[in-house]
Amino acid sequence: MRHFGTILGHEIRMLLVNPATYIAAVLFLAVMGFIFTGILETYSHTPQELSPGYVFFELFWLPVFFLVPLLTMKCLAEERRLGTLETLLTTPVSTAEVVLGKFFAAYFLYCALWVSTGAYFWLLKSFSGDSRFLDPAAVAGGYVFVAVSGLLFVSLGVFASSLSRNQAVAAIFAFAMLFGLVIGTRYLGTVEALSTITALHPLKSVVDYAQIFQHLDDFRRGVVDTRELLFYFSGTVLALILSILGVETRILHS
Amino acid sequence: MSVADSTATPAIEVSHLVKTYAGVAAVNDISFTVGRGEIIGFLGPNGAGKSTTMRILTGYLPATSGQVRLCGVPVASRADEVRRLIGYMPENNPLPEDMRVNEYLYYRGRLKEVPRRKLGPRLDEILELCDLKRVRHRLIGKLSKGYRQRVGIAEAILAEPPVIIMDEPTIGLDPHQILIVRDLIASLRGRMTVIISSHILPEIEVTCDRVLIINGGRAVAQGTPAELRREIFGHSSYRIELAGNTAALPALLAGVEPTLKITGATPVADGFEALTLTTAREDELGEPLLRMLTAQNFRVRALSREHPTLEDVFLAATKRSWDVKDEPAGPKSGGSDEKEKREIRPDRKN
Repeated sequence: MRHFGTILGHEIRMLLVNPATYIAAVLFLAVMGFIFTGILETYSHTPQELSPGYVFFELFWLPVFFLVPLLTMKCLAEERRLGTLETLLTTPVSTAEVVLGKFFAAYFLYCALWVSTGAYFWLLKSFSGDSRFLDPAAVAGGYVFVAVSGLLFVSLGVFASSLSRNQAVAAIFAFAMLFGLVIGTRYLGTVEALSTITALHPLKSVVDYAQIFQHLDDFRRGVVDTRELLFYFSGTVLALILSILGVETRILHS
Repeated sequence: MSVADSTATPAIEVSHLVKTYAGVAAVNDISFTVGRGEIIGFLGPNGAGKSTTMRILTGYLPATSGQVRLCGVPVASRADEVRRLIGYMPENNPLPEDMRVNEYLYYRGRLKEVPRRKLGPRLDEILELCDLKRVRHRLIGKLSKGYRQRVGIAEAILAEPPVIIMDEPTIGLDPHQILIVRDLIASLRGRMTVIISSHILPEIEVTCDRVLIINGGRAVAQGTPAELRREIFGHSSYRIELAGNTAALPALLAGVEPTLKITGATPVADGFEALTLTTAREDELGEPLLRMLTAQNFRVRALSREHPTLEDVFLAATKRSWDVKDEPAGPKSGGSDEKEKREIRPDRKN
């Protein structure tokens, strides 16, 4: 693991000099800013039950679906297409170091972008002068959720990138996986057949466990459930292991 | 020439290497040995298995069967160690487009575990050696082909590894650049073992100590260029331009040297004829020939000894292996005798 630091530093630097990162960041902040403004407008018309901080994370999936594929599509697919993966893997670094370095670089950027949305709350606080609007517990919970679920989402993006030479295919595959995970499980949770057919009950318990929106609610209400943490951590580890295997297998069977 | 230290383990030992992709044998039982400090050239038509062999040497591709050792370290089981012993430049020299030359070389140096303190001076040295000082701050994507090849070579020799593997390093370069790269590679002789694959045969002839010709996944010929010429052609050729009674010539030639024969005759201008003579004798027959011809009143205006080029050797060797007759499988030593490694029984057509 000696070269992990070198690779991580290099990947972050490469992400920061790439214009695509800044385009993704601008789009992300624009969308989130728009959402936040919309929330504040609703609040200015009629009083609401929940704080803006609580509601802000409701639409977390919108930027996730677009940001994560944009940040991760390039990482392994481009290297494979250019052939630089070959030069990289003939140095004393291991495949694990390469994949982990790219994963943590993308994750670092993902977190940095979300942290920068904290500016919205700071703006709210400084302009309103009233700290009642700021619900620190919910906001903190929301950010913790974003950080934890981000691990899983970014690792799925890296996995998608490890399977293809083509960036676009990697991006679309990542999008499909994320969509299936976030929205798909929610839909599956409402399907009646799962609760009526007894043979499918194990599947129902899995689907209930994987309800991302439920996790979001729990975190926002301040309930940091270790089962849910385990879900994200183990999912991340699995996706990363599969990415490492994906890179090595494609060489094996190329 | 090569500094082959007989007490040290050979730099590269390959024995009975086989690599199959979906039933097709890309590399079919290749064996060879390279001593320390040698420069060896891989020749072969496209698709012969050169790049595959090189990738297996670096540990990037796993072989289907066979053994490869680099400086005594087996590649299959200790791939990690092997990667610290090699510098590799793949075909098409892939480089990241959005990094600067010095940035890229620094990063590669750190990845190859060159200590930070030594890396700075080493970078300066390498940039000087490869003539990259002028472009050190330029983006790699904006460099011309010649500079990019030099960046690739600089990256391969950066950590001073004992074995350097370069797949087509001079492809696409203009003659000036080829000269620079050739001198660069020649300067590594003795310090590092170099394997180059190329299609540019004159380059290989000049730069390499030994040559390995691969065709259809098999090693069809091995040896120094001189050995190969002798082996494949087995004779010396002379070209004479003369005028006179050529009908009487064969008998006179037999007088000088029994194996001397006329193998070709073309008339050139002014009544002279250009004759190609071949003989099995290795030593110079120019003097006795001239003496005999002038004594017999032939008018001679040109006499030269023709050396088959490596291209001729290559074409003959790769053509001939279409009529491969395999040796029956017997116990083969995995060691150092090169002659045993040829799997074909040559079908002499000359």
